[in-house]
Formats: sequence, structure tokens, C-alpha cells
Amino acid sequence: MAVGARRAAWSPAAMFRSEAALPLGLLAPTLIYLGLLILLPVAQAVTLSFQAADGSFGLDAYRKMWSDQAFAEAFRNTILLIVAIVPLQMVLALSMALLIHSRFPGHGAFLYIYALPLAISDLAAGIVWLAMFTDQGYLNTILQGLGLIKEPIAYLSYENLQWIFIAVVVAESWRATAIVLVILLAGLQLIPRDFFEAAEVFGANRIRRTLSVVLPMLRPSLQSALIIRTIFAFQVFGVVLALAGRQLPVLGYEAYDWYYNNRNEHIAAAFATLILVLTIAVTIVYMRLLRVRETEIAR
Amino acid sequence: MKELRTSFVLALAFSMIAVACGPSTSNQPTGSGQISSDPFVFLSTQFNTVTESEAVRKQILTGFTTANVDFVGSDIGPFNDRLIAEAKTAKGTIGVVGGQHGDFGGFSDLTIFEDLTPLATKLKDRGIAQEFLDLGKLGTNRQVYIPWMQATYIMGVNKQALQYLPSGVKEDNLTYTQLRDWCKNIADKTGQKRCGFPAGPKSLLHRLIQGYLYPAYTGGLVTTYKSSDAVKMWTDFKDLWQYVNPQSLQTDFMQEALLSGQVWVGFDHVARLVDAFKQKPNDFIGVPAPKGPKGLYYMSVLAGLGIPKSSPNKSGAEAFIDYMTQPDIQGKTLDAVAFFPVLDKPLPANLAPHLKIESDAVQAQSKSPDAKVALLPIGLGAKGGEFNKVQLDSFQRIIVKGEDIQKVLNEEGAILQQVMNDAKAPCWRPDPASTGPCQVK
Repeated sequence: MAVGARRAAWSPAAMFRSEAALPLGLLAPTLIYLGLLILLPVAQAVTLSFQAADGSFGLDAYRKMWSDQAFAEAFRNTILLIVAIVPLQMVLALSMALLIHSRFPGHGAFLYIYALPLAISDLAAGIVWLAMFTDQGYLNTILQGLGLIKEPIAYLSYENLQWIFIAVVVAESWRATAIVLVILLAGLQLIPRDFFEAAEVFGANRIRRTLSVVLPMLRPSLQSALIIRTIFAFQVFGVVLALAGRQLPVLGYEAYDWYYNNRNEHIAAAFATLILVLTIAVTIVYMRLLRVRETEIAR
Repeated sequence: MKELRTSFVLALAFSMIAVACGPSTSNQPTGSGQISSDPFVFLSTQFNTVTESEAVRKQILTGFTTANVDFVGSDIGPFNDRLIAEAKTAKGTIGVVGGQHGDFGGFSDLTIFEDLTPLATKLKDRGIAQEFLDLGKLGTNRQVYIPWMQATYIMGVNKQALQYLPSGVKEDNLTYTQLRDWCKNIADKTGQKRCGFPAGPKSLLHRLIQGYLYPAYTGGLVTTYKSSDAVKMWTDFKDLWQYVNPQSLQTDFMQEALLSGQVWVGFDHVARLVDAFKQKPNDFIGVPAPKGPKGLYYMSVLAGLGIPKSSPNKSGAEAFIDYMTQPDIQGKTLDAVAFFPVLDKPLPANLAPHLKIESDAVQAQSKSPDAKVALLPIGLGAKGGEFNKVQLDSFQRIIVKGEDIQKVLNEEGAILQQVMNDAKAPCWRPDPASTGPCQVK
């Protein structure tokens, strides 16, 4: 009611009747929203990254970012985490989605339990896993109780960076696989039953059906899931902060650190811009590799 | 759906603007002697955890009845953003701000705060230490903040650790080398590294390096940053670090590690140790910081109260600062949040056990014959964060990654010099006074 009234006030009757006005009118709220809350801040951040403290323009912030002692490591860790986490999550989520799609008894409850971490913020998830891995944490207590170890093992020690890395991969996978699962499951449920029936008539077994029917038909969903997951992986922050502190620098943490702790918004903006550029580049690569044909969208 | 959401957001935004621009009931400046009762926000970088905020609200603020004060604890980032944003308006919501000396120093434009010189004159009888009042000017001729409370860093010690003290070593009169021997002994005998330094992402490690380690070994901080004494300090600290609990790098508050038993000897800010003393006063003692070749240097942490120019109720804010510096409220502050009074008056005799542990250690520290005070960085303005980063990066590179000490100090020393030049900051104690930016030698 309120929405209709607003539209009428915005567009005179003549314009409202014209063909072009309707789609524009429908798009307008989204465009205003994107423009004000996404594009404008992005433009401001990019401008900030090319500015020095005295307001002059240049590459000073990028030079400082580049020469920062933690930069190379943060860049490497972010990429390594993406390489480790994203494929693992895709495989896990796809298996789970196929399992749930097979509608085994109790699959509803299983889905709810599996999707539970979706509701938890990343920092909270990090703290949950910290309680598990810390020296006097659950894991050590259980292992000691079972008599498997005598002294607590320091999993999250800077001396065992590989353990910290594994802990972050485990925590991130636990936290964020559910979102991939939900996207893939929705995609699976969109595949018409006729395709499976046809495949069965032609004598395809379960593996053959998965390879020749499910995966190709699921490509649009796989693409969205990959893009969303990778974008979030570039922003990984809370879990790393809780589990590793400064020991596993990542780009997201560096941006935060430069803004809040070192109070230099220009270098923080340079880190943010770098994350943006990387994200756009990866998205383009995914879209090219997993190009979805018009016919598949029309399906 | 999105359209609905957008219209909702727009409606909300318009209503907020309408409220912000709308007429206020009593926005008239109050004449002398007349104190307005308009409510205001007390924004503070201190006590931003739930338990601390509750303690401030229930134990300290309830006695102030002039105006309704809403305490908001905040991280330093949002604190800065909110203050700067409000400074751009004629009238904000924040009436009073509370922060550490360095939090005030972080603003490049200190004129967003009222000059509190008249208030300082009015509060003269309180006996606020003159050196604190001077610090509150932040190197300007305006009183930017009125000193509010103070703290320092000490070591919390689990009594179980005392049996491992090397012979002839006394826990309340340690050198850094003796601390190393003690930590080694504990690690050798118990199989666990049980000494702790807070070095997590939200820890105050930079203050330990600035106010304790550097001065104790080099007698300075900036001027001696890459000196041979500094190399000796880092060498000794690295040697000590072998026996430090590796999870120190994730620890922000030492009290948690002390209470869990993970750490037996832990160095930290008194307010970040106090929970251990409070929950198990019979298990812990407090001891002074160790000393180095140049003496026992310790850092005095000062927090202050300021009034932004955009304050909605300046007379109420002044009355509030008056209230917070009264002797009995200063005592209540100590009781509630373990920060010590700034007044030149002895502490009450009947302190709670956990405060007794702390005040004994603090007094032993300041009364030690070779005790000297290192000041918090002064005059760095917005460069304070980058200044801290130099010490934190040096720590990370030398202690954690094991890079060559002299090479790191040369490189970080160059960055430090750049920071000092950018900030145009002269040296502060214990570095000798300088004309022009402090120089790394």
C-alpha cells in the first residue's frame, strides 16, 4: 500500500504508462540502495587509498602497504587459506547436498543441524574453536582424560604454525560450509525429476547420473556458491583473529589493524582496495570458467 | 522485498534526521551557577567489557544525580569516529569522554575538546598531582583533559611458582635475567612453560616494551632504539622468551591465563590482572616489575576526562568531572574497576584483599630505590598507532620470527624516525629533551 502510493507520487501518470518507466521504476530502489550504500563507500575508500594524510594524491599508501613487514605473509596466507578452504567446502557441501537430496530418513533434522553454524558470527565461531584448541581446552582435557597424552599439547603455538593453519581451516570449514550447502541444495531441488527418470530409463547408474545429469545441471548453483564463498574467504578475519592473533596475518586483519590500531585510514583503504580488486578478478575468472549458457538460465 | 526494505531504511533515515534537527526542550546555554539537567552520553575507551561497564554504571554513576548519564564503553576506533563525526555538528550526544592519555593524544585536532583550564583551577583543592595536570595539556597551553585515574603494570604470581625461585633470588626484587632463570627453572621442573607476557592482538605489549624493557636496558626509548644496549635487551628478552608460554601470543588479558593455571608468573596492566587477585586472593601475590641495567623503570598510565565542544550539556559535564574527582568517588573507582586515584592522598586502610595485593605491589614498585618513571608517548597525535606498530613489529620479527636483531633495529629505527618526523614530536622522558623531532641515534 505504502509502496504503491510512493510509486504514484514519483511517476506522473504518463510516464507510468510508458514502457521504459516500469522496469526503471522497479529497479530504482535497488539502484539507489546499491549506489548509496555500496558504490559510494567503495568510491570513497578507493579515493582514500590514493590520498596522503595531507590530502595530496599519490601512491604513498600503496608503497607503505607493500613494504610493510606483514604484507607478503598476509597476502600468502589469505591465498593459501582460500586454496585450502574453498575446495574442501565445495566437496563437503556437495556430498552433503547429494546425501540430503537422496531423502534418507531423518534428512530434515540432519539439514537443520548441519546449517546451524550459519547463525553464528565468525568471531564467535573462532572463540568456540579457541575453547577447543587452547592449552587447557576441551580437546586436551578429553585426550588427557582418555590417557592418550600426559601433558597438554600447545596446538595454537607460534612454534607450530601449521597447527594454527589447520585449526583455522577446520573452524572456517565448520562455520561456512552450510551456506554452500544451502545454495547447492536449492540448485539440486530445481533439477526436474524427468531428467533423473530419463537417465534411469537409459540405464544410468547412480554415479553416471551424478556425473552426467546432476553436475552439469548444477553448474549455475556451483558458480554462485564458489563466488560467494571465495569473496567471503578473501574477507576472512574473525576466526583468524580469535585462533591465531597476529601469528597468521591475513589481508582482512591488516586492513582492520591499520585502521583501528595504527590509525592510518589511507593504508587501511589500500588494503581494502586490494581485497576488492582480487575479489573482482577471481569472480571474473569463475564466470569465464563456469560460463552458464542462456538456455541453462532459461531453464 | 528489497523495495520495502529500502523504503523502511529511508523512513528510518528521515526520522533520524528529523530527530537530530528537531527542537530541543532545553538547549539554552546555562548561566553561571546554573547546571543543566539535560542527559548526555559518557563515552569511554576504558571499561568496555560487560562486567566493567556494569560496575561503572552501578557503583560509580548512581551517585551522580544532576543529569542522567548514559555510560557507553567503546573500542578506540569507533570512539575516534564518533567523536570526530560529532565534532562536525553543532550539538552531539556525547557530554563527556573518558580515555587514556594516548587516546586523547590520538586526535590530530585537539580543539574539538573544550579548554578545561578554568575547571582545573576550580578543582585545585582536590590535590590532583601537578604532573598529571601537565600531562593533561598534551603539550599545548590548553587543559585538554582532567586527570581521572591512574594505573601501572606489575607481575601477578601464583604462589606455587615461589618454590622454583633460584636460590638467592627474591621475587619482589628481580632483574630480567633472574626472571629468566626463574622461568627456566619452572619449565625444567614442571615440564610446562608457565611465564606469560600479554602479546595477543588486543594486548598492551607495546607499553611493556616502551615503558619497561627499553628504559630498563637503555635508559631511553627513541634515541636508543637501535643502540648496542637495545641489542642486549632484545637478546636477553629472546633468551627469556624460550621459557614463556607460547600461547602468550594469543593472550590479551593475563588474568585469564593466571586463573586457568596456564601461567604462573604473568606481567600485565593492573586492571588486566585484578580478576585473578579478586577470584583467588589466597593463591596469588603481586610483585614489582623486574629491573634492568639502568634501573627499575615503570610506566604510569593516566586516564582523563574531557568535554567535547559539541557536548549537549557542558555545565552538566563539568559537574560530572567535579563528581568523578571527589575523593570518595575516586575510592569507589578503585574498588569497582581497580584503577588508582590521581589525588595526592593516602589510600584508605581497609582495602579489599585483591586491591591490597595490587596496591602493595604498586607501592613496592614506585618506592624501590632505583625506580624511575617512563612516560606514555607524548605529542605523537594521530601517529601514536604507527609508533606502537614499530615496537610490535620489532617484537614480531626478532622474538617470533627470529630475524637478526641489529638488522631489524636498523630497519625499524628508520621507520620510527619517519614517524617522529611526521609527528614533529620532541623527545619525552626517559629520553633527554630535544629541540625539534626526537632523533634515533
